[in-house]
Amino acid sequence: MSGFGAALLNSLDIGLLLFVIAVGLNIVFGVLNVINFAHGALYMLGAYLAYTLINLVGLSFWPTLLLAPLGVAAVAVLIDRLVLRFIYQRDVADSLLLTFALLLIINESVRSIWGSGIHVVEPPPILQGTVRVFGGPSYPIYSLFVILVGLLLLAGLWYLFNRTRVGRIMRAAALDRDMAEALGINTKRVVTGVFAFGAWLAAVGGAVAAPMRAIDPGMGDKIIIESFIVVVIGGLGSFPGALIGALALGLMHGFGGRYMPEINMLLPFVGMALVLLFKPTGIMGKGATA
Amino acid sequence: MKQTILLGALLVALIGLVALPWFAPYFYIFIVTEILIMGLFAASFNLVFGYTGMLSFGHAAFFGVGCYATAMTLLHLKWPFLYCLVLSVGAGALLALVIGFFSVRLNEVYFAMLTLAFGMMVFSVAHHWRSVTNGSDGIAGFTLGDFGLGLDLTLGNPAVYYHVVLVFVVVAAAVLYLIGRSSFGMILQAIRQNPERVAFCGLNVRSYRLAAFTLGGAFAGLAGGLMAPFLRVASPEMLHWSTSAEPVLMSILGGTGYFLGPFVGSAMFILLETWITSITQAWMLFLGIVLALMVMFFRRGLLGTFLDWWLERK
Amino acid sequence: MSEPILSIQDLTKHFGGNAAVSGITLDVQPRETLAIIGPNGAGKTTFYNMVSGRMTPTRGKVLLDGRDITGLPPHRISRLGVSRSFQINNIFTEMTVRENVEVALAALHHHSRRWFNLASRDTVLQEEAQALLDRLSIGGLAERRAGVISYGDKRLLEIAVVLATRPRLVLLDEPTAGMTPDETRRVTGLVKSLADSGDYTFLITEHDMEVVFSLADRILVMHRGEALVVGTPEEVRRHPEVRRAYLGEEDEEQQEAGA
Repeated sequence: MSGFGAALLNSLDIGLLLFVIAVGLNIVFGVLNVINFAHGALYMLGAYLAYTLINLVGLSFWPTLLLAPLGVAAVAVLIDRLVLRFIYQRDVADSLLLTFALLLIINESVRSIWGSGIHVVEPPPILQGTVRVFGGPSYPIYSLFVILVGLLLLAGLWYLFNRTRVGRIMRAAALDRDMAEALGINTKRVVTGVFAFGAWLAAVGGAVAAPMRAIDPGMGDKIIIESFIVVVIGGLGSFPGALIGALALGLMHGFGGRYMPEINMLLPFVGMALVLLFKPTGIMGKGATA
Repeated sequence: MKQTILLGALLVALIGLVALPWFAPYFYIFIVTEILIMGLFAASFNLVFGYTGMLSFGHAAFFGVGCYATAMTLLHLKWPFLYCLVLSVGAGALLALVIGFFSVRLNEVYFAMLTLAFGMMVFSVAHHWRSVTNGSDGIAGFTLGDFGLGLDLTLGNPAVYYHVVLVFVVVAAAVLYLIGRSSFGMILQAIRQNPERVAFCGLNVRSYRLAAFTLGGAFAGLAGGLMAPFLRVASPEMLHWSTSAEPVLMSILGGTGYFLGPFVGSAMFILLETWITSITQAWMLFLGIVLALMVMFFRRGLLGTFLDWWLERK
Repeated sequence: MSEPILSIQDLTKHFGGNAAVSGITLDVQPRETLAIIGPNGAGKTTFYNMVSGRMTPTRGKVLLDGRDITGLPPHRISRLGVSRSFQINNIFTEMTVRENVEVALAALHHHSRRWFNLASRDTVLQEEAQALLDRLSIGGLAERRAGVISYGDKRLLEIAVVLATRPRLVLLDEPTAGMTPDETRRVTGLVKSLADSGDYTFLITEHDMEVVFSLADRILVMHRGEALVVGTPEEVRRHPEVRRAYLGEEDEEQQEAGA
């Protein structure tokens, strides 16, 4: 039972973090109609900025949690203004190629600036150590903190998409681009804002993950693949879909890691293949067939 | 007239390639061998992208699997090289058939995502399945024996191996070219331009896409098989998405609109790589910047832009 | 009455909560030309999309020669002899005009499965394509790139591609939209001669009432997804509800002037 409890917490921890990142991918896709291949690289950038601010600048954890994602969002604004602007009117393939080029550029820049080694960030003192939950074995406080952040962002995003005008427009845009255009949503500022918001979400994920994951130049690759699996399972452009997909992946990792470690890493792909077989557009998805 | 000039230029280039070992030092033989193999890899990608319009970010899976197939049969079974290559072709095609089955059903955004994801799945299998693939160290220590067919070739000699590669690449390129010019190839190009109209002409677009994707996988497998003895190792890096980026960039660099574009792109890519990596470590950064600039300002590629201009000229 | 070539039964399509097409029931006789008219948003294109396999109906059936083809994919329906054009030009812009037709012919004759022929030497297809283009009076454009020919010629080319699949039932979606009066006359004359040849059954959606009344054997008037009335042009012209809902005073005057 205790093992089950820990696996469940692990699943939540991984799943909610993944949700925050994947939902950013989805929002950007919704409005730009393009999958940002550099989304994982932006997540990684968030983690590296957090590392820099905490370990090199000497800032404490809490302001870093605020500043690192904002820094990445600023980078995203630059990317949008200087690069993506050129291809919004073009073929989908061109925009995919361009975000793929951004992935190469950001990955290699990170490697050049921070080196190929692994960096570690300590959690703030208050979040260090373990507590006993479910009356079972002790569980890291920081993981509980990640779950809390995930839940807060989930609530915040729910509020944004259901209770605010901006959010409703964004959601409408993700589901129906024609309507978005009718609403005049594709003005430059909105596109830039949405791209930066997506990047911000990725970077929040990165900054939150920094104290518990190894920071190395490969961390973005892993997360972008998992985000892809999440949106394919859940349905591209669907927000409930991103949550379902992320939690499903969290469960695969949480329980797969505990009960079948040999094939754990293949589980997400098997899950994705099964969804593709029976519901090609994802659990919550519609349309998009070729 | 212009056709004749082009054909003549091609012939001169071919003669130069055949004669290369007699006047060029080993260093250049190695470089041109790599250019040829990677050119074939890029051309197999361009059948999928430039012809059929499917942008794959996972093409390294088929290249890598071909490389592993040849390396492992050489190591464990000591087959003649030709048979190893046949196996590589089969392995690339089979893997492409499986991955393609899941990936060609949806639109191009999905296709790009799925090919990257499945490609990385193959990478992590190679990385983690140590008992078979030897993990991150890869398969090494194999040696080339006979070629097969009773031919007596010293494959260990770089000049001989270069000629073997040249023959395989030229024949494979000719086959690819002819496929592109066939009725089947015409349908593939029609699918790139307007898949819906092709469907309403009574063709199952999905199966044509899958056929093109499988074919691309087969030729990538062949390129991978040729790569194994050249590198003397089959390692997971060859399956990584950054390897998938290479044919993408080569095709864009040379131009996706002409058959020889990927080969020209491969030559430029490898010459640049040799030059840049002697100056800086950040080769991938350079790659990314070049790719971005090409896509933004120079979408037809270098050969493509030149030929567009030259063929239009009176 | 002979066996209908196309039989539509209670065909319905919902988007979200809204019915784009609702409960259409209709028989189309072989070799007749049936025009479908109705204001924008009446559901004409959605109706086409369901008949041609582009969309799956929410409810109802489509029978071709008595065979249920509801929900079959487009390529299967095309193989059964149904072909369609689109409101927006739907051709292969980077190919030559003749190659556009060759694609359809390659599909028809299964040359599309040939991997080792030279398409540029496939004289059988080329001659057949040229003959078809000549018949549509755009034979002179055969070598031009399809993306650069005039708008009207593109529409004719699309009809050529549609006919190249040798359909028995042809669905034309606004074939004269955006055409000059001269081009409109060309297309009208063409459809009329094809219809008179007795090889084809036509469904045509059209805004130009002059075209409709000169071509149609029968007219289906759609309004808000429903079939308002089906009948001969004369019956439709006289129908009071049609006059109120669709034709209106102004259009009526135009027809009087046109006739």
